[in-house]
Formats: sequence, structure tokens, C-alpha cells
Amino acid sequence: MNWEVIIKWLPRLMQGATLTLELVAIAVLAGLILAIPLGIARTSKKWYISGLPYAYIFFFRGTPLLVQLFLVYYGLAQFDAVRESSLWPYLRSPFWCAAGTMTLHTAAYIAEILRGALQAIPKGEIEAARALGMSRSKALVHIMLPRAARIGLPAYSNEVILMLKASSLASTVTLLELTGMARTIIARTYLPVEIFFAAGMFYLAMSFVLVQAFKLLERWLRVDACQGR
Amino acid sequence: MNIKKLFLAVAATLLVNGAAMAAEKLRMGVEAAYPPFNSKDTSGQVVGFDVDIGKALCAKMEVECEVVTSDWDGIIPALQSQKFDFLVSSMSITPERSAVVDFTNPYYSNKLQFIAKKGVDFPIDRESLENKSIGAQRATLSGTWLEDKYGIEAQLYDTSENAFLDLSSGRLDAILADKYASYDWLKSKAGQDFEFKGDAVEESDKIGIAVRKGDALREKLNAALQEIIADGTYKKINDKYFPFSIL
Amino acid sequence: MNIDLYGFGPALAAGALMTVKLALSALCLGLLLGLAGALAKTSRNRPLQWLGGFYSTLVRGIPELLWVLLIYFGTVNGLRSFGLALGVGSLELSPFAAGVIALGLCFGAYATEVFRGAILAIPKGHREAGLALGLSTPRIFIRLVLPQMWRIALPGLGNLFLILMKDTALVSVISLEEIMRNAQNAVTVSKQPFTFYMVAALMYLSLTVVAMVALHFMEKRAARGFARASQ
Repeated sequence: MNWEVIIKWLPRLMQGATLTLELVAIAVLAGLILAIPLGIARTSKKWYISGLPYAYIFFFRGTPLLVQLFLVYYGLAQFDAVRESSLWPYLRSPFWCAAGTMTLHTAAYIAEILRGALQAIPKGEIEAARALGMSRSKALVHIMLPRAARIGLPAYSNEVILMLKASSLASTVTLLELTGMARTIIARTYLPVEIFFAAGMFYLAMSFVLVQAFKLLERWLRVDACQGR
Repeated sequence: MNIKKLFLAVAATLLVNGAAMAAEKLRMGVEAAYPPFNSKDTSGQVVGFDVDIGKALCAKMEVECEVVTSDWDGIIPALQSQKFDFLVSSMSITPERSAVVDFTNPYYSNKLQFIAKKGVDFPIDRESLENKSIGAQRATLSGTWLEDKYGIEAQLYDTSENAFLDLSSGRLDAILADKYASYDWLKSKAGQDFEFKGDAVEESDKIGIAVRKGDALREKLNAALQEIIADGTYKKINDKYFPFSIL
Repeated sequence: MNIDLYGFGPALAAGALMTVKLALSALCLGLLLGLAGALAKTSRNRPLQWLGGFYSTLVRGIPELLWVLLIYFGTVNGLRSFGLALGVGSLELSPFAAGVIALGLCFGAYATEVFRGAILAIPKGHREAGLALGLSTPRIFIRLVLPQMWRIALPGLGNLFLILMKDTALVSVISLEEIMRNAQNAVTVSKQPFTFYMVAALMYLSLTVVAMVALHFMEKRAARGFARASQ
């Protein structure tokens, strides 16, 4: 194992890891924001409200992220209409394409988590809220969403870790995040084992930190206190 | 349990069929994503200048040849792990590569040149290049040239085709690519708004066939190469793809 | 609507077949690894527990794409020396084999947790009853634990399989001619990325739907004769 090579390229790998974290942060936060209306709409019994979200979620969960990335990055750029639109400065940049696609992708999964969490809220709590005179929207904002957040937090933390790993696909659209940086370094040095090992350790470290962060968040939100009924 | 056993049996068969097995004949490795030198046609056949040269060499050496494809990033490791016996995929002879593989004599010369939109001024000096987004294929001479020469980071692509796609969509200001491989694209509908800019920035690039270090195959290939150049086979293949000599 | 596939229809279909082959092969490897991992984690042997945990945590913490690249490129030197030492000549991993191993490894790491949860969900009394009847440990496992564990684990495993099928797209990066790779070849010739990547997406969607239907029937069959506590 050639340790000198790893140490030599460590700064570049750190650069890549930073980009990875940026991508993941944008995807999971923007994805969460996007998922809230989607998830709520999905719980509706009226087909015209839950239909479109259902189709969106079905498409983004049923196709690989790699295909979605290529569709957005290469596929959209094919059309003149896209190139002349105001979105082009964003769609032109590999970073925003990747971040945007990851956002759309994870929003579908988070919406499903939210839907499951909303449907898992004990009916009694919702009835109590209505009995107290809260309107539907007030009950949603003050009672249901906070409750759903606590129920869905473990699943959401899972999704964040999955997004951390999914960010490695951004390397296929020229982004030099951790995996992309590793591949570029290997193309120069022909030492795949050492560099991929180093990249793997970076990912493990990042997952570990995220898992600990979510454990703290769960304790702060008192998720375990909510579980017993 | 019967379903499970069937499952396992089927999977085992598939795994055996899918795994590569060593063959007796010679195998030539190509990327098959670099037209007109090597690419796949609609029927899945690998075609191109490199493939024709490889087959001509095999005919001269009187051995049977099989074409094996590999992605570009992994093509040298694939050669080293004996997925194929020689690599004829437009690979430039560089000191870094010569440290890990042996090259035959060159079978064509290459130039690196910038390609950008027609009618746009494209000066090739450090300041102007710094602010542009320039694309190249990863693990190629173009890919490392910008960084080595000017310290500028290029956008690196898995295949040259994806780089061309981004150039035509306007995502890239320019690409640095092999001159001859780009001719085809510039003639096509996608490339008609683009042209070569300035002079070739790298003219001494030689393309060789790679074999494993110390492999005696190199001498055989060199001998066969000399023969096909001498007896006109090379010229026939050259003329099929280019109106000028690329040796 | 007329979609011109530039003659790449058969190639894409062949790619779909390869995708299915890859997914099923990786599934078999993954199920074996997952079962082994779960048994290790629930055993009373401390080192074994640790090994199972190590496998599961290590593999789940590293992206699948990295595993595919690592196993394909990283094993080159090791395998070569290994093969020469054994006297069988240089060993090599084809893209298919590398893909199966990488994806199977990843599936197994998650399946370890699913199987473990299923094993723990079986009341201890069942095992004790088996012992009381004089059954040997392997017999208890095969006849009592496994069938029940299968029913509980099936939804989780089904989910993992759907994810596995989508992860097969990653193996296009090492040039395996599955759906994604063939789509890229088609784009090279046709210059129509949107068309072909959309077709690829629809192909994955169809495979997902087929798999979901199959899983639904498997779950129904596994749960036959078993009354569920009401939701």
C-alpha cells in the first residue's frame, strides 16, 4: 500500500469531499422543502390532488438516479428551447444540474416517508386538535407536521446517508466531487487501490458524522418519547 | 424451497456464462466509443480505423483475432489483467504509460487542437483560457495537457462523445481533442457550427499499440506493422477514413 | 408519436436482458451474504458478531459506485498474483463478474439487517419447542426459523431488490452492455440523448413494475394461512 501517494493527493480528495457535502446539503434540504407539499398532497383521498404527486414519485423512485442525471444533463441540453430559456445558466452548470436532479430524486423518497409518517399519526391526536377548534391547516402546521417529523426522522436520516452515497454519481457528469476526484487522480497515477481506499475512508467518516448528528437531533426532538403510545 | 433451489441454479448458470473466460486466439482491446477510430455500429459490431489496423496485423501474423471492449479509464488495467493481449485504441505514447506498458512503433500521429464555435475569437494563452470552460476526455493526453501546461482544470468526461455533446449544447466554450478524431464530428450536423482554432497545440503525439510489459508480442506486432505499411494495406485502411495520410 | 430508435431497438432489448441477468445473479449472492451476516450477528460468538457488524457497516458506508469501481479496478493486481500462485494463469474479473460481486456485496450488507430483524421477530418459544422435540440446531433453523423468517423478511428484501435493479445502471460505468450502456452507444450514433435516456428510464420503470407485481404475489403466497394483526 503506497501511503505517500495517498498523502500527496489528500488535499485534492478533501476538495472533492467538500463538494460532495455541498451537493448533499442542497439536495436533502431543498428536497425536504419540495417534499412537504408533495407528501401532504399524496395523503389526500381525492385523485386529482394525489394523482400528479403519485406520478412524480412513481417516476423518480422507479428509475435509477443515473438515468435521471443523464436525462437532465445531456437530454435537456439537446433542445434549443431549453438553451434559450432563462434556466439555461443553471442547467448549463454541471453542479446545478446534479444538485437539481438529486433534489428531485430525494424529494420523491422524502415525500413517501412523509406520507407514511402522516398516516401513522394516532387518529386520536388529530381528532383532539379538531375538537379544540383548530382549522385543518392549523392542525396540519401545529400538530401533524411536527408529529410526522418525529415519526419520520429515522427514515429521513437513512435517506440523507443514501444521498451521501448517491452523490458519487455526480462524477459521471464531470463533477469533481469525492468519487470524480478519485477517478481523475487514478487516471494519472494508475493506483486504484490506494486512492479508492482513501475515498472510501472519507465516505465512511462522513456517514459516521451524519449518523451521530442525527442521533443528537433525535434526542433533541425527543423522538423516542413519542414512540410509545 | 424448490423455488429457491431453482433460483440458485439459474443464477449459477448465468454467472458462469457471464464471467469472461480466457481464449486461445489473440484478443485486441478497444474502447469502442471513439469514432472514427473505434466505435459500435447499430448491430453492435465494433468498427473503425483501429479495429481495421488490428485485424490487418493479425492477418499478417496469421493468428485469429477477437475484439474485446473496455471503458477508457480501465483499459490499461484491463490489458494488465489479461482481459486482452494488445491494445489498439488510439492510445498516445506517453512516459507515464510507458512505465506500466510497452508500446509498439507508432501507427499514426496525432495532433491536439482546440475546437470552438465558428466566428468566435479564440486566443490560446493562459489568461484567455483561464476563464473558459474547456472539456476533454479523462485519462487522455488532452485531459492532462491543460493542467500540465497552464495549470487550468478542464471539465473531464468519461467519453469524448459526451464532451462533444456538451460542446454542441453550449455548455463548454471549447474542447481540446485529437485532431483526426474530431474531423468526423465537425463534418456532421452537430459539429457544423464549430471549427478548429489556431494551430495544433501538440504535434508530436504518437499513437502506438500497447502490450504488457516484456511481452514478446511487441516485436511480432512491429514486424507486422512494417509489412502492412510496406505492402500498401495500411494506405488502403488510411484512405478509407481520411483523405490524407495520418502516419 | 413516432420514435426513431435509429435501429438500436434490439440492442436496448439485449441490454434489458443483461440488466435482469445481472440483478438476479447479484440477488443470489446477496441473499447468501445477507443470511450469513445475519446469522453471524445473531450468534452467541463474539468475534462472529463483530465480523457481521463490520461487514454490514463497512459496505453500507461506501457508495455502490465506488464498490463497483474498486472491485473492478482494484482487484487487478491481487487477482493476477493470486491466479499465478495457484498455477491457473492470470485470473481476471469480467465487468459482469465485478458487477455481480459489487452489487451482491451491497445487497448482502442491507439484507443482513433485514434478515436479522426477521430472525429476532420470531418468538423464542418456537426454537425452544424445537429443542424440546429433539430437533438438531440445523434442523430447527431450516424447518422452523427459515420459513417464518422468509415471510417477515420478504417486504424488506423486495425493497432491496428494487433498489438493486436500479443500481445495475452503475455497472455501465465499467462498460457492461446493459440498458444504460447501450443507451449511451445509441446516443453516440444518433445524437439524441433525450430520446434514448427517456427510453432507458421507461425500461427501468417497466422492470420495476414487473418486479413489484412478482413481489406482491410472493408476499401473498408466503403469508398464506397466516392471520395478520389488524393495522
